[in-house]
This record gives sequence, structure tokens and C-alpha cells, in this order.
Amino acid sequence: MSPKLKSALELTGIYAIFAFMTVIILYPIVWAIGMSLNPGQSLYSSSIIPENWSLEHYKWLFTDPRSNYVTWYKNSMIVSGCAALFSVIMTSVVAFSFSRYKFVGRTSALYTFLILQMFPVMMAMVALYIFLHLVGLLDSLTGLILIYVGSQIPFNAWLVKGYLDTIPRELDEAARIDGAGHFTVFWRIILPLAKPILAVVALFNFMTPLFDFILPSIVLNSPENYTIALGLFNFINDQFSNNFTRFTAGAILIAIPVAVVYLFLQRYLISGLTAGGTKG
Amino acid sequence: MSQHQEQEQLTSYQKKMNPNVAMVLSILLAGLGQIYNKRYMKGISFMILEIAFILATFDFLWLGLWGIVTLGTIPGVDHSIYLLVYGIVSLILIAFAFMLYIFNVRDARKQAILLNNGWQPPTFKQAIKNSYDKAFPYIMTAPGLVLLIFTVVFPLLFAIALAFTNYDLYNSPPRYLVEWIGFANFTDLATVPIWQNTFISVFGWTIIWTVVATSFQIVVGLILAVLVNDKRVKFKKTIRTILILPWAVPGFVSILIFAAMFNDEFGAINRDIIIPLIGGNGLPWLTDPTYTKMVLIMIQTWLGYPFVFALFSGVLQSISSEWYEAAEVDGATRLQKFKNITLPHVLFATAPLLIIQYTTNFNNFNIIYLFNEGGPAVQGQNAGGTDILISWVYKLTFDTNNYSMAAAISLIIGLIVSVFAFFQFRRTNSFKEEGNI
Repeated sequence: MSPKLKSALELTGIYAIFAFMTVIILYPIVWAIGMSLNPGQSLYSSSIIPENWSLEHYKWLFTDPRSNYVTWYKNSMIVSGCAALFSVIMTSVVAFSFSRYKFVGRTSALYTFLILQMFPVMMAMVALYIFLHLVGLLDSLTGLILIYVGSQIPFNAWLVKGYLDTIPRELDEAARIDGAGHFTVFWRIILPLAKPILAVVALFNFMTPLFDFILPSIVLNSPENYTIALGLFNFINDQFSNNFTRFTAGAILIAIPVAVVYLFLQRYLISGLTAGGTKG
Repeated sequence: MSQHQEQEQLTSYQKKMNPNVAMVLSILLAGLGQIYNKRYMKGISFMILEIAFILATFDFLWLGLWGIVTLGTIPGVDHSIYLLVYGIVSLILIAFAFMLYIFNVRDARKQAILLNNGWQPPTFKQAIKNSYDKAFPYIMTAPGLVLLIFTVVFPLLFAIALAFTNYDLYNSPPRYLVEWIGFANFTDLATVPIWQNTFISVFGWTIIWTVVATSFQIVVGLILAVLVNDKRVKFKKTIRTILILPWAVPGFVSILIFAAMFNDEFGAINRDIIIPLIGGNGLPWLTDPTYTKMVLIMIQTWLGYPFVFALFSGVLQSISSEWYEAAEVDGATRLQKFKNITLPHVLFATAPLLIIQYTTNFNNFNIIYLFNEGGPAVQGQNAGGTDILISWVYKLTFDTNNYSMAAAISLIIGLIVSVFAFFQFRRTNSFKEEGNI
């Protein structure tokens, strides 16, 4: 067999694998889109290519008085937005202290963070439930945000600290010689340089609450407080086959913007993770 | 002469500072040692702090400590769980106060020694500035720390405490009291047949699930990354985008869609693929544990490989082509190049993140619960056929309200997870990067 033929055969094999993967990847996605365009509500009578397609489910989500979809969407945006914002503030401040200062308790705090970030929040769900009940934040978005912001600190503090350690200290020393205080160094020197990793933290902490199902299901119990994941799950949880087409319509409306953002940002996500992750 | 006398007076007056006296005094009451050292402002503010702390929290601490020891004595009046919560909060407060106290004692002793060596105490203004410099990292970390304590540390301590009680549906306050029962939950897990059976099968499946699903993810991701990286492949960007798509779709949406597709009766897999191709009534995807397990692993591979793929692609592009050229000169085969150049590069750069993949899957509640709620049910055990430890904990907590057993299993999960943590970060170099201020 000539090397040229061999190479051509190999290449064909590689493309065949890609074609196969493409089918596996796209099939569920296309199927879901097809489902959402089926006029009926039952899964049984629906097909991937609907005979008479319609947008009635999308219309229902936004116009029907029984639909809470817009509220859920809004709740999710509030929770995710606040979680991302406060996470960035808290984490950058903590990571800055750990990266640039020597203080009593620093090493033990770092070790504690290391161990804490390994424990899933879920392990302590009973306690969280009782705690929120005690302080009266059960069934409120505030309680949910507090837990998200608090529980991300250990992991992200490590991530950001790893990144900050790579920023030369000569920069802050130079600024200090010029008379900059602690805050000025943080605000004017460190923060602008740490933007890439902070973007990663923001994105992660925006996405996690958006897709999280378990914590909202513990904390929230009135439908007008649901986040989108919880609301959509309850669409199909009660009568699975009855509302499935409606669920797909709602799911697609959240999946598309998220997918677009991810595809644009994945390069930065990966570089941020490897930069902080391998060194930290 | 008078100057000389004054000098003598000053030295003799300074010699009087006995570090041990300062230490003992500050143990007796915070700030006394500082006053003995003639640092009046500091001493008085320490004293006020201590007295205020004692006055403000004494009743609460007393109740909390009494509560955590007894868990209440009168059924219907004392609420054991609240008492336990107060107890843990008291312990956290006491730990903090204790740390401050140690600081105060060490400070008194250190300053007495410094004064003896002729150190001039800073002026008031200078002292304020110094303490601001010293306190800055604490001020910066304090809000995060407080939040962390209430949302992570406190719940974990509570879960640990709960594992040693008998808190369940039949034993719940305010009607009944909860009691400390030592390791009884753990011995139950090991000896009572139904718990033992369930624990062994759930634990076994959790390990298989973690190892197999994660390894699949990594292998598929690696193969695809290497293939796309091949020089001859065209349209790399488009192919990468398609391959990353499953990562971009929100996980809970994909899982629920898969759950519908694999539905035994109306799912697309049975209706459109299995029955037309193989015939029969379709496969029992959601009603037979073995099939459900297979599907779960396949779905997790679908969901998880893109992250690994993206990670590896990034590393592969950064490997210098000189390595490969040098290997070609030496006549290395493709397999040799892969084994000796590609693999070490890729694994070295991504090892910590790959380990995180394993721990994530170990606790991957979402896919197990959303796909089939841990089901199908299996005889002879009180967890579903595909429940992993964490979803079993969820069910014990919210379906059967067996809180103490759920906490005991959580504790076991925690122990396993800490072993992972130890291995992952043993070689980390973040500790070597000391702060320098």
C-alpha cells in the first residue's frame, strides 16, 4: 500500500469518526428542537419532524396566565447575576490577601480552604435548611445567593490566588514606593491584571446557579420564587409525558443564549483554568 | 549629673517589666498585661472588648454549651436541634475568642520583652497606622470568612454532629428529644442487613460509576483532541465547535432530554431506533438497573468529554513541533511519539483538573437524580438501583427523613473526598509562594 493511499484511508477514518460524533451530538439536540415545535402536549404523538409544526408552546410560556416562565427567568438572572458579582468581589479580595500578605493563620486557612473546597455543599443540606430556617431566609432568593457566594470561596480563592502569584511582585513594590496604599495597589495594579481569571470566576458563578437544581429545590418552595432549572423540572416531573413538549420549548430558550456565550468564551475559560489550576 | 540620674532611673524603671508577669496578667484579664506595659489605650480597649464579649454572649454561650452536651432534657419544651445549632455557634464563637485571647497574651509578653530591650513604643498615631497595616489582610478576608463559616463550616460541623445522634422521622423535635448515640449509625451501616446490603451495593456502584464514567470522558476527549490536532484535518474550527457543543448546552436540559429519549414506552430510542432495527418491545432502559447504569455512563461521557477535549486541545496546540521533528529524526513510530511526547505533556499540564473530574463525578448528583431519580427500585435495599452515595443521602434526608443516617453517610463521603484532596494537592506549589508583607 502506497503511503499516499494509506494517508487517504486514515484521513477518511478520522472524518468518519467526526461524522459519527456529529450525529451523536446533534441527534438529541435536533430531537429536542423538533419536540418543542410539536403542537400536541404528549410525547407519544410527537415526532422529531412534526407534520404540522407550530410555535404554540413558546407562545404559551410567555402569554398564558398560568405560566411563570418569565418570573423564573427573571429570578434566575437575579440569582446568577448577584452570585457572580459578589463572588468576584469576595474572592478577589481574599485571594489578594493570601497572595500578597504574610499574616498569622494564612497557611492554616489555605489548608482549610483546600479541604473545604472538596466537600460538596450537598453534604450539609440538612444543616443549610435548618440554618436558613433559623435566620428566616428560607424560600428567598437572598438565602440562595448567600449560599452560592459562600460556598464558592474556597475553590475560587485558590484559583485566583494561583493566578495572582504569577503577577510579578515588583509591580506592587514599585507602586508602594510611589506611595500607593494597600487599597490602591489592589484596585489599580492587581485588579486590572487579574481581569482574565476574574472573568472566569464570574462566568462560573453565573452558570452554576443557572443550572443548579438541587440547592433551589431545597431552599425554594413557592413557584413564584423558582429558578428556571427548578421550574422546568417541575414542568415534567408531575406528568412526564404531558408537558414534555412545553418543557423543551422552555429549555431551548435558556439553552441557546447560554450555548452561544459558552462557545464564544470557552477559549478564555480553558486558559484561565489551566493557568490557575496547574500552578495553584 | 541630673541627666545621668534620669538615665539610671529610666533603665531601672524599664528593667521592671517582667514578661512573665505581663503574660500572667493578660491571662487573668485581657489588656491587664498591656496596661502593665504602660500601653494604656491598647490595654483599655482590649479590656472593653473582653468584658463586652462576655456580657453580650454569656447567656447564649451557656445555653449553647448546655444544649450541645445534653441536647435538651424536657421533651416538648427543649428543641434538641436548635440547641445543637446554638451549641455549634457557641463553639465557633469561643474558638474565635480563644484565638484573640492567645493573641492578647502573646502580645503582652512580646512587648514586655521588647520594652526590656530598650524598644520605644510607637506614638499613638504611629500605632494606629501600624495596626492598620497589620490588620489589613484580616479586614480584607473577614467578610468572606464570616460568610464561609456560616454557609460551609457551620453546616459541615452540624452534619458531623448529626451523624452521632438518632435524629430521624420518629425521633424529631419538638415532640421528642434527640440523643447522642455515639457510633451506632456507623455500626448499623456495617451490621444491620438492610443497611449493609444497601451500603455495599450503593458504594460499589459509586466507585464503578466514578472510575468508568470519568475515564471514558477522558479517553474520548483525548482521542478526539489528538485526531482534530492532526495536520491533515481541515475545517478544524468548525469541527471543534461541534465537538464542544454538549458542554455548551446546560447539563440539566440535556439530562432531562435524554431521560425522555430513553423512556421505555414513548422514548425516541426505543421507538425510532431499537424497535425498527431489532424488533421486540424495546429495551428496558429505565426499569432495569443494568441498562440504566449503562445509559448513565454513556450520557455522562457525552456530557463530560467536551471539557476534557477543550482542555487537551489547548495543551496539544502548545506542544512545540520540534519535539516531534526530533523524534522523527530518531525514527520513532507514531505510537512512540504519542506515548513519549504527547501523553506526558498533556497529562502533566492537566492532572489537577482531571482529578477534579473524578471527584465531581463521585458526587454527581444531578445526572443520577434527574435521569431516573436513582431508580429503578431494587428489592432488599432502601436505595434505588442506580443511586450513588450522594443521591442516597438526598433521599434519606428528604424522602424518609432519616437525618442522622444521611449525615453518617455524608461523613463517609467526606472522608473519601479528603483522600482525593490530599493526593491532588500534595505537590502543589502555592504554599511556597509566601506573601512578603
